[in-house]
Amino acid sequence: MSSLTSNDARFVEPEGARNYITHDYGALSWLLTKDHKRIAILYLISITALFMLGGFFAVVMRIELLTPEGDLLTSDTYNKFFTLHGIVMIFFFLIPSIPAVLGNFLLPLMLGAKDLAFPKINLLSWYLYIIAAVMGLYIIITGGVDTGWTFYTPFSTQYSNTHVFGVTFAAFIVGFSSILTGLNFLVTIHRMRAPGLTWFRLPLFVWAMYATSIVQLLATPVLAITLVMLMFERVVHVGIFDPALGGDPLLFQHMFWFYSHPAVYIMILPAMGVASEVVAAFTRKKIFGYSFVAYSSLAIAFLGFLVWAHHMFVAGISVYSAMIFSFLSYFVAVPSAIKVFNWTATLYRGSVALLTPMLYILGFIGLFTIGGVTGLFLAAIGLDVHVTDTYFVVAHFHYIMVGGAVMAYMAGLHYWWPKITGRMYPEWWARLAALLIFAGFNLTFFPQFILGYLGMPRRYHAYAPEFQVLNVMSTAGASVLAVGYALPLCYLIWSLWYGRPAGPNPWGAVGLEWTTSSPPPMENFHETPVVTWDAYDYPAMLKAMGETQNV
Amino acid sequence: MSVVTNEHPAHEHHPFLQHHFEDLGQQHEASTLGMWMFLTTEILFFGGLLMAYWIYRIMYPDAWSLGAAQQHALYGGINTIVLIISSLTMALAVRNAQLGKRMATVRMLVATLVFGGTFLLVKSIEYTQHWREGLFPGVHFTWNETPALAPKVQLFMTFYWSLTGLHALHMVIGAGLLIWMIWRAWRGHFGPEYYSPVEVMGLYWHFVDIVWIFLFAFLYLIPAAGGHHG
Repeated sequence: MSSLTSNDARFVEPEGARNYITHDYGALSWLLTKDHKRIAILYLISITALFMLGGFFAVVMRIELLTPEGDLLTSDTYNKFFTLHGIVMIFFFLIPSIPAVLGNFLLPLMLGAKDLAFPKINLLSWYLYIIAAVMGLYIIITGGVDTGWTFYTPFSTQYSNTHVFGVTFAAFIVGFSSILTGLNFLVTIHRMRAPGLTWFRLPLFVWAMYATSIVQLLATPVLAITLVMLMFERVVHVGIFDPALGGDPLLFQHMFWFYSHPAVYIMILPAMGVASEVVAAFTRKKIFGYSFVAYSSLAIAFLGFLVWAHHMFVAGISVYSAMIFSFLSYFVAVPSAIKVFNWTATLYRGSVALLTPMLYILGFIGLFTIGGVTGLFLAAIGLDVHVTDTYFVVAHFHYIMVGGAVMAYMAGLHYWWPKITGRMYPEWWARLAALLIFAGFNLTFFPQFILGYLGMPRRYHAYAPEFQVLNVMSTAGASVLAVGYALPLCYLIWSLWYGRPAGPNPWGAVGLEWTTSSPPPMENFHETPVVTWDAYDYPAMLKAMGETQNV
Repeated sequence: MSVVTNEHPAHEHHPFLQHHFEDLGQQHEASTLGMWMFLTTEILFFGGLLMAYWIYRIMYPDAWSLGAAQQHALYGGINTIVLIISSLTMALAVRNAQLGKRMATVRMLVATLVFGGTFLLVKSIEYTQHWREGLFPGVHFTWNETPALAPKVQLFMTFYWSLTGLHALHMVIGAGLLIWMIWRAWRGHFGPEYYSPVEVMGLYWHFVDIVWIFLFAFLYLIPAAGGHHG
């Protein structure tokens, strides 16, 4: 069991040896790299830039909503801002965030492999992402788009005079980036595991990536073909979704949500994977009910395909199909709750270390639970009719997407930052940022639950004066949140030069990624590891450390 | 090309073994699994369009019969036969690559390319005729037989063009890949140890073939309307 102990020297490089960062120099050595770690860095830089862009739209919208009058933005500009905020944050930040950055970097390390199965396709994914992002930026500069991120017909096909074709084409392209990443991960998990690394020895992050990749592979092509139909209808003026020409706008909604509801699980399943890793590492325990957590990822991926029409309860679907979709939506709560209970059970009697990644994950568990429970409210047809298209829905999905996915992304970024860069981030500043983000997030979005329940509709730049107090609270929270996100940007960059050298395993965590040096060498491991232990075998590691001390 | 040293007697590096795989077996399994997964994505991609097609077919059976009656079943039939034969030559190309028969592999790949080209040629003749008959959807669409059904027949033609167009695009990509494979086979890259690219190419080609079988049935062979709708 010696390979489990922290800072084991077996796989560690000698001092002064080259790692993946110092292996080659020059822009081309990065832009043409096939190394999964370097591609992860390319993604990290790209999605951070787009996160700031999406955040900019959010900040301006919150400033507009400080007062009931529509005084800062015209209604048309406001329509474009919430559309672009949604498109940028969903397609260009949340979908690629944990898979393309952390998954890309970690999957081969966790599997004991030298790279993903298809390194060139991995680079192609990033280029598709960049092509789509550049198209998106061009569209934003030349006038934007105002359909909402959902591109509902017939507004998008017939009435909108903005760049609908361009932005749907960009979404089409970035979809293939996502499909290729998922395909690459699935093949890698199936075929590239180190000797001895059986399915039930895999870290739960890998299980989460596996489930995510299935959704990416099976759901995204349906969005792609739906967008092709939309573009065809808009350009050729046929009526696939136009009732005047025999088409049906509801068909568009069905096909759009057939992707876009599972897409929620593309965003949240990786977050759950990060939570499992961090909870185990900072409680020094095996994850309670490992196989339940593993299978619940697959169950969420599967059930996620069966619930899409709960987005359409007021769209004119039959009451019977609404009842069935409502019923099925409740089922998703079961595997989600299994995960939450297992994480909490892992905390019980663990030696909990309240370091930054753990702070984020504790926040994640609470906020995800609130987001999930309000999701059940919305799956109930009667209540959904009352709060459809209000701020209640906005608050609900931000609790899942920001309180869930982004918090876990921040947790993962801090947890693996020493592995990625070889440097420690400053703990005090990082904890401060984590607390600011938690406080700012709740101040921003909790009032929106109340606003929505009281009847404030989403997607308007003006509102009734009685809603102002809660809106001011929300905008104040957004300012705190903005500071909270700006801090890591500063101190993480600072740490690249001034951070304490991390060593191979600063957390004393188990897992193959911690057995190699930080940053890892180009080929990841100096010798292919042979795995003889289960995931999260902290009891064995602690025992081994204890024996060493006794000697 | 590769050097067997005394230190690593079992570690002979095949020139096409990529550095991140342990051996050619692992590389082969990864390539074929990757293509199967890509085809799964493709099924959902075509599947979305086919589902929309079926919904409107159930809604507008008469218009669908009229639309199918505009198709030239002879052209479609010839193309179906051509593609099935091309799948046979593709399968023989894979077999010959496995056996290390260089020229036979090249010949079979060239034959596949010729059949694929024939398909695209026949398809373009059909497209030209449809275009001249005003059967391309949009502003130039003309349908005078049954004016009430005109928008629905146009809907059928929308699915006809998008389904066959998407399929033809896959054929063009396949033809490009075939040219690459012919070049590699000619250079003698393939043999009993290493033939994954030809096999993966074959999987893709058979898939595109099967899609056409469905499209032929769905777009050309709808019975005439009347009498059977109860």
